[in-house]
Amino acid sequence: MATDTATAASRPNRSLRWNDPRIRSVVWQILFVGIVVALVAFLVHNTLVNLRRQNIASGFGFLDREAAFGIGESLIAYSPADTYARAFLVGLLNTLYVSALGIVLATILGTLMGIARLSSNWLIRKLAQVYVEAFRNIPLLLQLFFWWAMLRVSAPAPRQAWELLPGVLVSNRGFVFPVPIADPVHRWMLVALALGIIGAIGFSRWSKRRQALTGTQFPSGRVGIGLIVGPPLLVFLAAGMPLDLDWPELRGFNFVGGSAVSPEFAALLIGLTIYTGSFIAEIVRAGILAVSWGQSEAASALGLRPGQRMRLIVLPQALRVIVPPMTSEYLSITKNSSLAVAIGYPDLVSIANTTMNQTGQAVEGIAMIMAVYLAISLLISLFMNLYNRAVALVER
Amino acid sequence: MTDIDVTHDLPLPVERPPRPTAGPIDWLRANLFNSVLNTILTLAAVYLLAVTIPPVIRWAVVDAIWHADSGRACRGDGACWAFIAEKGRFILFGRFPYEEHWRPLFAVVIFIAMILASCDRRLWGRRLAALWLAGLAAVGVLMWGGILGMSYVETSLWNGLPLTLILAVIGMIFAFPLAILLALGRRSQLPAVRAICVGYIELVRGVPLITVLFMASVMLPLFLPTGMTIDKLLRAQMAFTLFAAAYLAEIIRGGLQAIPRGQIEAADSLGLGYWRRTRLIVLPQALAMVIPPLVNSFIGAFKNTSLVIIIGLFDLLGTANAALTDANWQGFYIEAYVFTAAIYFTFCFFMSRYSQMLEREFNKGRQQ
Repeated sequence: MATDTATAASRPNRSLRWNDPRIRSVVWQILFVGIVVALVAFLVHNTLVNLRRQNIASGFGFLDREAAFGIGESLIAYSPADTYARAFLVGLLNTLYVSALGIVLATILGTLMGIARLSSNWLIRKLAQVYVEAFRNIPLLLQLFFWWAMLRVSAPAPRQAWELLPGVLVSNRGFVFPVPIADPVHRWMLVALALGIIGAIGFSRWSKRRQALTGTQFPSGRVGIGLIVGPPLLVFLAAGMPLDLDWPELRGFNFVGGSAVSPEFAALLIGLTIYTGSFIAEIVRAGILAVSWGQSEAASALGLRPGQRMRLIVLPQALRVIVPPMTSEYLSITKNSSLAVAIGYPDLVSIANTTMNQTGQAVEGIAMIMAVYLAISLLISLFMNLYNRAVALVER
Repeated sequence: MTDIDVTHDLPLPVERPPRPTAGPIDWLRANLFNSVLNTILTLAAVYLLAVTIPPVIRWAVVDAIWHADSGRACRGDGACWAFIAEKGRFILFGRFPYEEHWRPLFAVVIFIAMILASCDRRLWGRRLAALWLAGLAAVGVLMWGGILGMSYVETSLWNGLPLTLILAVIGMIFAFPLAILLALGRRSQLPAVRAICVGYIELVRGVPLITVLFMASVMLPLFLPTGMTIDKLLRAQMAFTLFAAAYLAEIIRGGLQAIPRGQIEAADSLGLGYWRRTRLIVLPQALAMVIPPLVNSFIGAFKNTSLVIIIGLFDLLGTANAALTDANWQGFYIEAYVFTAAIYFTFCFFMSRYSQMLEREFNKGRQQ
């Protein structure tokens, strides 16, 4: 307060206080906030009145009630006797599951296609271009319907299932494939793998320090791969290779055994991967093109081999361009997974939609969906921003 | 390689001239078989094409059935294009009264003509805006009718391609000014304004379009005073506009951030106030810079219109799905989706090519 009067006193005395930018800014802000608050209050008031008129109780009490609807696929145990809260959890896990798989697969596909678009091989280059142009320019929802129709309607009955690979069958019941039967040895293999990874990290640190001190290089990459792959393989061989596969078998009208993926899940995952892969391909291509050719030439002049040139010079610089747009693609995979509702995969939105139809709790349902997606978006941005900081240019 | 010792006074060995690199075989060698890896890749790609292309051609052309009276007469190994011949008009225009289909057809033609006219940079300006105003009025008259001897058609019968175009174009037209205000608000010096704009933009960009559409279809009726209702199409259009505005705002903010500080200082020193500075100095430069990403986001909006089928509107994809429910013509999913995809592709491909061309034009001054 005291400082305010002091600055006001040092200014020339104005007859029109309206010309003081500070006063103007305060007035404008009060006006703006007032309008926004009034609008929100108006909407909230109407909502409350309407809810009271329709006799809909507000609040999240409905979450403890029995859901009484079945869910086709679930990562955790669920039955219609469970609560709405558990149904939401099933949907959330399904959303996270398909998004995470989609992010991994789309990154692999997109990176391969982005590199292929820069290939010196004309045919590969053109094929990658056709892929990108075709799938980028068709709505994702249409692609999802297409894959769903391919898998659900055009695929044959289990009796005439297409056999992609031995044991991997596609029919209108989805994909079935063999899975290994669990064996106690497999757990020890995981332990060996973990030890191997720790060993490889320690080894690469040691070799980096040694190179910094003495200048002698050590093939830490190859040794590291050996350290990671070797121990589980040794455990596996020492235990006498206990690998029994549970093969899917046709019994009656469907398959028994093995593991199965529903057509809805497969259609959603294929659609998300192929659609987003086409965007990631363009991002990767732009990122690699952004590294000037002189960098590669300089690396070659220093005597780096092509692999080292890519790993040590080109890729770190390309990642700086690639990471920020890649973050928004990852976010869009997560958000686009909500299109599952259109093809009947029980993701968060689809389950929330069923809940809203059953209970009439539209406000709470939509609020929950929005909160979950905002939280996921925030987490992904946070993680990618940390990664971005790690690869960003450090200027002195 | 033979080492040539240039210190000796011997004549250099005569070498053959380099091979000309113009023939098709040289082209093959340079572009397909220039290394072991590329040879393997080429052979793998050729094998892949040989396995996939012939069955697709057999399905789409050789074994396809082009004329049939009903779905039952259309079952075979190939595609049933008779389905498209039968249902194509329904997919394009939906339940709009059949005799009046010339009206949505004209509306689509007007839209395409206006989009094409907007692509010519020489026309950008007031006259184009006037053209758009006249075109949209004409589209409104054609679709609604009720005057000039045309029967009145309610909005629930506006289906198919016209609906897709209306949602995308009108959505963008209304989202654009809103987005400019949001972007300016986000860059504002006033903390309260900035906070509200940032909150809105991040909230909308953090949730899927589907939830915004759900909100418009389920919650908007609750928001309004009792007794007041809004047309379903208008609700979807509002949701669409508000959603697109948040994304456009971020693009425009990119342009605003790229304006050098000196431009703003120069405007200040000329005595221009905030609005005149923004309108005359900042926005013209900022918007010109972001035109290519704006076109890209228009493509995104065009593709996103397909989501309205989830709240029960029949856009192009919705009518394709509706056509599939005809008991006489059941199961021709692939044909319907290929036809619809071809229409979407034509629009989006054209626009993305246009955006790439603009980008090249705009970068001409910056590239060596």
